[in-house]
Amino acid sequence: MTRTMTMDRPDERRRLDDMSQGLVGRPLDRPDGPLKVSGTATYAHEWNVPNAAYGVLVRAPFSNGRLRRIDSAATEALDGVVGVFTGEKFLRNPAQGGADEAPVQGTETVQYLGQPVALVVADTFEQARHGAQNLAMEWTAENGVFDPEAQAADAEEQEDETVDQGDLDGAMRAAAFTVDEVYRTPCHNSAAMEPHCSIAEWDGEDLLLRGSYQMLNYNVNELADSLGIDAARVRMLSPYVGGGFGSKLGIAPEAVAAALAAKQLQRPVVVALSRQQVFDMTMRRSETRQHIRLACDADGILTGLGHEGLVSNLPEEEFAEPITQSTHFLYGGANRKLGIDLVRLNRTCAGSVRAPGEAVGMPALENAMDELAEKLGMDPVELRKRNLPDKHPEEDIPFSSRKYTEAMDEGARRFGWSERNMKPGQLREGDWLIGHGMAGASRVNILSKAEARVTMGSDDDGVFATVETDMTDIGTGTYAILSQIAGEMLGLPMERVRTQLGDSEFPKGPGSGGSWGASSSGSAVYLACEEMRAEICQRLSCEEADLTLKDGDAIAGNRKTSLAELIGGGGQISAVGRIEPGKTMKESAQSSYGAYFCEVAVDRVTGETRVRRMTGVFGAGRILNEKTATSQCYGGMSWGIGMALTEELVHDLRDGHIVNRDLAEYHIPVNLDVPQLDVVLLDERDDWACPLQSKGIGELGLCGAAASVINAIYNATGVRVRDYPATLDKLLDGLPD
Amino acid sequence: MRPFEYTRATTTRDATRAGTDGATIIAGGTNLLDLMKLEVMAPERLIDINRLGLNAIEESGDGGLRIGALVPNSDLAADRRVRKDWPVLSRALLAGASGQLRNKATTGGNLCQRTRCYYFYDTDMPCNKREPGSGCQARGGFNRIHAILGTSEQCIATHPSDMAVALRALDAMVEIENAEGERRSIPIAEFYRLPHGTPHLDNELHPGDLITAVTLPAPAGGAQIYRKVRDRASYAFALVSVAAIVTMEGDRIASASLAFGGLAHMPWRDDEMEAVLVGATPSDDLFDRAADVLLKDAQGYGHNDFKIPLTRRTLKAVLRDACNVGEPA
Ligand SMILES: Cc1cc2nc3c(=O)[nH]c(=O)nc-3n(C[C@H](O)[C@H](O)[C@H](O)COP(=O)(O)OP(=O)(O)OC[C@H]3O[C@@H](n4cnc5c(N)ncnc54)[C@H](O)[C@@H]3O)c2cc1C
Ligand code: SF4
Repeated sequence: MTRTMTMDRPDERRRLDDMSQGLVGRPLDRPDGPLKVSGTATYAHEWNVPNAAYGVLVRAPFSNGRLRRIDSAATEALDGVVGVFTGEKFLRNPAQGGADEAPVQGTETVQYLGQPVALVVADTFEQARHGAQNLAMEWTAENGVFDPEAQAADAEEQEDETVDQGDLDGAMRAAAFTVDEVYRTPCHNSAAMEPHCSIAEWDGEDLLLRGSYQMLNYNVNELADSLGIDAARVRMLSPYVGGGFGSKLGIAPEAVAAALAAKQLQRPVVVALSRQQVFDMTMRRSETRQHIRLACDADGILTGLGHEGLVSNLPEEEFAEPITQSTHFLYGGANRKLGIDLVRLNRTCAGSVRAPGEAVGMPALENAMDELAEKLGMDPVELRKRNLPDKHPEEDIPFSSRKYTEAMDEGARRFGWSERNMKPGQLREGDWLIGHGMAGASRVNILSKAEARVTMGSDDDGVFATVETDMTDIGTGTYAILSQIAGEMLGLPMERVRTQLGDSEFPKGPGSGGSWGASSSGSAVYLACEEMRAEICQRLSCEEADLTLKDGDAIAGNRKTSLAELIGGGGQISAVGRIEPGKTMKESAQSSYGAYFCEVAVDRVTGETRVRRMTGVFGAGRILNEKTATSQCYGGMSWGIGMALTEELVHDLRDGHIVNRDLAEYHIPVNLDVPQLDVVLLDERDDWACPLQSKGIGELGLCGAAASVINAIYNATGVRVRDYPATLDKLLDGLPD
Repeated sequence: MRPFEYTRATTTRDATRAGTDGATIIAGGTNLLDLMKLEVMAPERLIDINRLGLNAIEESGDGGLRIGALVPNSDLAADRRVRKDWPVLSRALLAGASGQLRNKATTGGNLCQRTRCYYFYDTDMPCNKREPGSGCQARGGFNRIHAILGTSEQCIATHPSDMAVALRALDAMVEIENAEGERRSIPIAEFYRLPHGTPHLDNELHPGDLITAVTLPAPAGGAQIYRKVRDRASYAFALVSVAAIVTMEGDRIASASLAFGGLAHMPWRDDEMEAVLVGATPSDDLFDRAADVLLKDAQGYGHNDFKIPLTRRTLKAVLRDACNVGEPA
């Protein structure tokens, strides 16, 4: 049995509200939590595969040019080394998310320092690492291109992103108030806790790859295409992923190298990246230069809005950090100019890193709005409210649902926004300068095609259900929410539902990325359950409207039947649900919204900034699990604090190599940098989004967060930092002596 | 990691003899093992000194303290006597690394930890400290964390230890035993080297030398402050740090001992600057003059230029606190 739904019109039935089990929305613990904290959840590197050999990748030590020769004789002679691999099938860089095919391949052409060019395999990891460290190579280096801004003149316009509406220059000239500033954000790395790893094992022509991946549905095809084999011969397992943040979206060099070596050695091969290699070879977020122009009348009504950016990537890569994604619809202004230019650099590949687009685009926009509010002498909340368009300002479509105003109002109330000091640099506590700032959050909502199978059977303890999909849980709570949805729809308690994920042989989902996972896979589970409920109705000869499923019983009319009985010993009811995005994606502007309010203290002597408190209020449609959703927001806001204050992936402008390649020098926030965060989730239903009325929340907590910190620093000190992050050196000049 | 031979020393003699034969000492391993994995350091032999029992903190006859080379940083920071009479040391230790690292890190190892220069850590980059004669990639590169005082053409690295900065302010002595069984004690002022033309040498230890203890003189009293300025609230090395011990007599400064981290290849101290302070009445003007002396030869290399004003500001704030004077309105 299969039930398919194409999201062609809003689903106003809100069926989940009619259910009786009471699971959806509740702040339930994750079923996988105890496994993770007790070390029994098996991550990619932890599979005990007998007779495995260990491979370590070797990076190109030059930035651009041709690798002429690898002289492996000395390395092959080392103790334990069983082979050195290289060649045209090696990946230059990971595939972009959803690529569904191999990325650029081959080791002869080197385009960034750090590109993987060989794999040394040995009996032990230590032997392989030593071999890799000492592999001899000969190359011809060519001049490279390393500085994006020096190259701006050669940038390629991303035509899909361009909007040129009305006359922005004219609007700027005629405006009562304007902002015309350039903001810069540096490169970032996902910095997931679990380094990337793959274990490849062949059985004849069949490949089993255990890896740390976010999107198996695509990864299988990318891996098969890279190896030149039939995708039907590839199976991938990725039941637990120790954080991905985009860096595990596409198949990556270690998987292909492991598969090639394992094939030839006829032995399983394990390849894990070192932390330094994670920085060198996995996706970076592009640095951005963002030119923002705002024009408004005397009442603060926007008449013009410009957001033009410069980002970078390797040659031949299509991904261009989509910084203007939410700018298209967030605020009005009839005269608009938006665009993104892409320069080609010899730097590590740029791709999706933690909320690509809004993570860095929203802060720039929200800093500019703060600057405009100041010029107007207006509360920045009020300025935003005045500029919320009734419909999409560039396309003639409505908003699906938008809790932006409510988020700002609720946040302002909880935070005590009205009591803040308005004039910068006035509030002091000892050596600390205190400031307050706010910013908005927006992240576009995406629904992706997804399938899931739900099966109900019975055992000695009664009825149970199993959910199966190749969807992944990258630490977000997928195991929890899919079980909740199935339990809700089928009237089963949490402990009687088991969700199995991360096996490419299960029905295909969209994977974890772009915050679409919960709504997409959740809708598939929901649809499978709807089909199963129809089957139950048929068996009970009742109407769906009269059916109540609760605690393992079916209640119809005044009759109660145990589901275990209904299914019968050894029997089962099973269905596949399939959701497909449809017209609602095009016919409405869908986004999740929110607002941040932040208090910082800046040391007036040293310029060190500490975030003292931060409130985030978010509207993301129906909340499926209040606890996991809140945790996602905590995570996003923490990244936002890091982005505002410390996080910066530094490239040496002489050769493009990444300078700070470990977690001692790549400064993501630590516990002491993050205060107790206050997160509120608003009650909302978005009928246009999916049959669950839920929208993406995974990335929302980051999309604008950094701006609230930077705006608060301005309020504390009078210093506008437009060059992220606000490390102390950028404040010193503006602080009192 | 290059294959290596591992031996456990049961006597200090084992350790020092192995040292003369080219073995490298391993204590807590929190720095050495990281460097070995990357083959920044690739010793062929390791001599483990953890069973030598050098882990006592004892009162010495002269009112001072003798700290065994293997005393963990956590224990030293928590020691009641240290917290009471040499608080600047306790504060400096607690400002360093993380709880887990401090549990494992030893007193001797902390003194001898290597620089955190990014290029030193990357074996595909030239670095005179790692590979003498190959060049210094930090000078024209990204040098945010690098030195502004006492640098050389060959190297602009800093010494990263917080503990050593406090020890420098406290005039600690480093007790060393060599392979002949001789013990010598050298002032910490003479323990570290500037890079000059030999940046591969961090300190005055010779092959076969084993640090057995660090000794502290009798308590100096006064106000003791450790101020560490860094990029995040915890778990980051100092951009600039100041260890200060200041005593007052009436409204004059009777003694001032100030050591700085993050500025140089060694914990930095400037006698001339201290002389400006001693005997004088604290004022912002005085502190500025002290900073002028301290920084007269300071040189930035681009990304670390900010350390010059930052040092001045931090020094002045620390002195205001230590002398208990308010800041100018
Ligand atoms: C992520 C991270 C963050 C850190 N942050 C800080 C910080 O903020 N501030 C700070 O001060 N430190 C910091 N540290 C460094 C830490 O303090 C040192 O790693 C530690 O003190 C080294 O001690 P150990 O006993 O582990 O030394 P080991 O790693 O065992 O040895 C280090 C060196 O000392 C030599 N050695 C050890 N003992 C002796 C002896 N008795 N005689 C002669 N030579 C000896 C060894 O041969 C080796 O060369 C950090 C470290 C890490 C990994
Ligand atoms: S500063 Fe010193 S450690 Fe750093 S690259 Fe130069 S020589 Fe090497």
